[in-house]
Amino acid sequence: MTPPERHTEQQDAEMSEQPLQQPRIIPRPAGEQPPAAQETVITPDTVTRPEALADGAPTRTVQLEGLRAFYGRAEQVKGLDLEFKANEVTAIIGPSGCGKSTMIRCINRMHEEVPGAHAEGRVLLDGVDVYGQSVDVVAVRRAIGMVFQKPNPFPTMSIFENVAAGMRLTGTRRRGGELRARVERALVDAGLWDEVADRLSEPGVGLSGGQQQRLCIARSLAVDPEVILMDEPCSALDPVATLKIEELIDELKQRVTIVIVTHNMQQAARVADRTAFMLDGRLVEVGPTQEIFTNPKDPRTEEYVTGKFG
Amino acid sequence: MSTAGAAPPPPGAHPLLAGSPGLRRRKLVNRTMESTATLAALIAVAVLAIVIASVLIKGVSAINLDFFIKSPAPFGQSGGGIANSIVGTALLVAMASVLAVPVGILVGIHTSEFARPSVASAIRFALDILNGVPTIVTGIFVFGLLVVGHVQSGYAGAFALAIIMLPIVARSAHEVLSLVPSSLREASLALGVRRWRTVLTIVVPTAASGLVTGALLAVARVAGETAPLLFTSSIASNLVSTNPSQAFASIPVSIFTLSEEASPAAHAQAWAAALLLIFLVVLLNVLARSVFGRSQARIGRTR
Amino acid sequence: MLGREPAPRRALTLRGRAGVADRLGDPGLRLLTWLASGASMVLIALLVYKVFDQAGESISHFGLGFVTANVWNPVTRHFGAASFIYGTAVSSLIALLIAGPMSIAIALFLTELAPLRVRRPVATLVELLAAIPSVVLGLWGIIVMAPFLNNTLEPALRSILGWMPLFAGSASPFGLLPAILILTIMTVPIVAAVTREVFQTVPTELKESALALGSTRWEMVRMVILPYAKSGIVGASILGLGRALGEAIAVTQVIGDETGIHASLFAPADTLASRVASTYQGATSTLEISSLAYLSAILLVFALIANAIARLIVRRSTLRMRAAGPRPGLAVTVAEAQV
Repeated sequence: MTPPERHTEQQDAEMSEQPLQQPRIIPRPAGEQPPAAQETVITPDTVTRPEALADGAPTRTVQLEGLRAFYGRAEQVKGLDLEFKANEVTAIIGPSGCGKSTMIRCINRMHEEVPGAHAEGRVLLDGVDVYGQSVDVVAVRRAIGMVFQKPNPFPTMSIFENVAAGMRLTGTRRRGGELRARVERALVDAGLWDEVADRLSEPGVGLSGGQQQRLCIARSLAVDPEVILMDEPCSALDPVATLKIEELIDELKQRVTIVIVTHNMQQAARVADRTAFMLDGRLVEVGPTQEIFTNPKDPRTEEYVTGKFG
Repeated sequence: MSTAGAAPPPPGAHPLLAGSPGLRRRKLVNRTMESTATLAALIAVAVLAIVIASVLIKGVSAINLDFFIKSPAPFGQSGGGIANSIVGTALLVAMASVLAVPVGILVGIHTSEFARPSVASAIRFALDILNGVPTIVTGIFVFGLLVVGHVQSGYAGAFALAIIMLPIVARSAHEVLSLVPSSLREASLALGVRRWRTVLTIVVPTAASGLVTGALLAVARVAGETAPLLFTSSIASNLVSTNPSQAFASIPVSIFTLSEEASPAAHAQAWAAALLLIFLVVLLNVLARSVFGRSQARIGRTR
Repeated sequence: MLGREPAPRRALTLRGRAGVADRLGDPGLRLLTWLASGASMVLIALLVYKVFDQAGESISHFGLGFVTANVWNPVTRHFGAASFIYGTAVSSLIALLIAGPMSIAIALFLTELAPLRVRRPVATLVELLAAIPSVVLGLWGIIVMAPFLNNTLEPALRSILGWMPLFAGSASPFGLLPAILILTIMTVPIVAAVTREVFQTVPTELKESALALGSTRWEMVRMVILPYAKSGIVGASILGLGRALGEAIAVTQVIGDETGIHASLFAPADTLASRVASTYQGATSTLEISSLAYLSAILLVFALIANAIARLIVRRSTLRMRAAGPRPGLAVTVAEAQV
């Protein structure tokens, strides 16, 4: 059983034949025949929305149900219900320590990497609980990517190798051409191709901060995720780099669902379709960004967005 | 540049549930490597346990009061103990400490308080070299310096041990003194207190427990050293001696000579001496760490 | 401003006591500590000088041929270092070959795998292994390990691999193999401790990035930790090598103290350090003593080179990591490991 392919073989061959010098727009395939009937392990504890699987198309939705996150005995996220709609950008805002980073790290199961930390509740990707028994955490992280606060390209790898890093892990042997093509496409999608096309073999850490962050985004994109989580991706960057990334987010949402944690409310207002406000480990309010900022329903939200605290 | 409007990817198995042969293999490799690492740690702990257990089991039976208060019996007779070695080790270590600890702390003060950075790193580099000298070579050095033309002596043995202690004390002193926040020094200097008083009455006392730790660790190290004593203080009388101008017996050297003998009685004494030595070394280490732990908290260092 | 006299200067002291002693204190303490440092430097130089000086008689007698002569005969007064250089090289290198990967595995266990509560105790136990005096380890080697090897492992190895000259038989329980094992036991704690410190400097964000891409833990180790820590691991290994080179006591207790270069690991042999140690009860001639000093000088050179290389490698990797951001330096921990 193989994960669904994104291109046909013919398109792969076409791409690898063409010279990789100028940036090109690489169209996505319009669709193709589904593979023959596949076996899926469906157990009662994993699937709660079978209709999501009915037509087989991943809906790229994430749903948090009663999410609680602990560091040892300390409860940082105290029961959260939240939905991230497909191909939308949702911003999570709130004062420091309100649990927003903890919360999104639960979505791709990075939270449990901290020794002593654990999570309870459900996180449903397309109706399947990522914490389910039959779900492998490695598969979860392929489907849900993450961009961190501080740009961190792998220092011992070149730009090319950084982007290819995730793809090389799948272990399936890839012909050199296909790898190159996908690296290029990821860099194009991340808006970095122009700037690095002629120096792919240079170290990833040699780029500027903003470029490094876009490299990290390309790295995440290369494994074809459905969702990308961003934990304050611009807080270490200058305003120009920040703007580039915000424009990028706007383009990327056509391809993936994006959840972005930010302490910068103007940023949320600029990029997000919906915004959720968290306070002290709980969800206070969620709604279309415009409403949250101009007409919040909860007084605490209003206090926060008008700068009375945080 | 932008991607064209994304069409939904082709339908297929849910990516979370669709396994792949590649994934199974990767998990297998992962599991294997994890087991190997765990096994390695287990082996290390097991070896430690085996050695300690051997020493405990074989040493305990030969430990009695005589062991501590009697000197070795004349050749061929059984009984006796290692009183001379116990006294000898105590004296050797004490003399070595009297020499190495003050000098080492002074060097530490020099490199952390007074010396220019380039000079300080040169000194610390030299100390690292000294630390890397094999202890048998140190013994040969002191042999050539103090023993050739004379006889082995407690002075020579202690001097050899002091050479080994010096870099340990100096480095730990430097580290601990460097940890003292410069705000403390500046506050004192701003009050008009002179440099030397600042160092001696404020910086050094703040770092005091760390300095003690360094000294204890150095003592723990040399208490068990045999090689430097072989050529400087090994051929000693069987009687308890406190005269440093003659060679002292010492616990490590006794273990060494006893271990090379063939008789089971000698071996039994060797195990008992080894038990005593390990007990001593572990005690010193634990003492050093518990003192150090407190000082770390006080200085407020974060690791 | 109108030509006023400046206020009289007062010497400020905490106790209100202006004094000569107070003003002399600064240069006094400076001088004292400077003397201490100076004495240390002199000591090192003196040490190197004296060892070579003692070797003088042997050097002038045998010259550099000493290094390649495979003989040690106090009766005929023929001495040479070749057999011991061989023994030192083989025992240390093979011990390192075993200890290296094992230490990396232990360090990985302690930094990535072990549950939090297990880490501190196990790390302490591994360090405790380093604190065992070498003479005790040697005693255990003579009475417990060597006979055990002789009765169980060596016959097994001999029957399976005895056709290889490496495993050709020998009656004595003492030889290169027990020495190698003892050296491994002594080297692992050092290399593991330093490697562990190196692994702890790998930034968490890098490790998380790899995991977030969907890698297994081992893949993350291979992709991020090992490349990042490469030079630190090499430095740690060479540090361990330096320690193994200089070990005299435990080695001499189990190695059999025989001159000669044999291919078999089971044959009795000797190393530079252990030959010097085994002659402590008295050499028969000044030439022999001088030759022992010559051996010590060669050993000293080896150990210093290993030490210098290790420090160089560690310093370069520390600089690289410092350039990447504020992180605890390695030089400190490497030095600690030498304790």
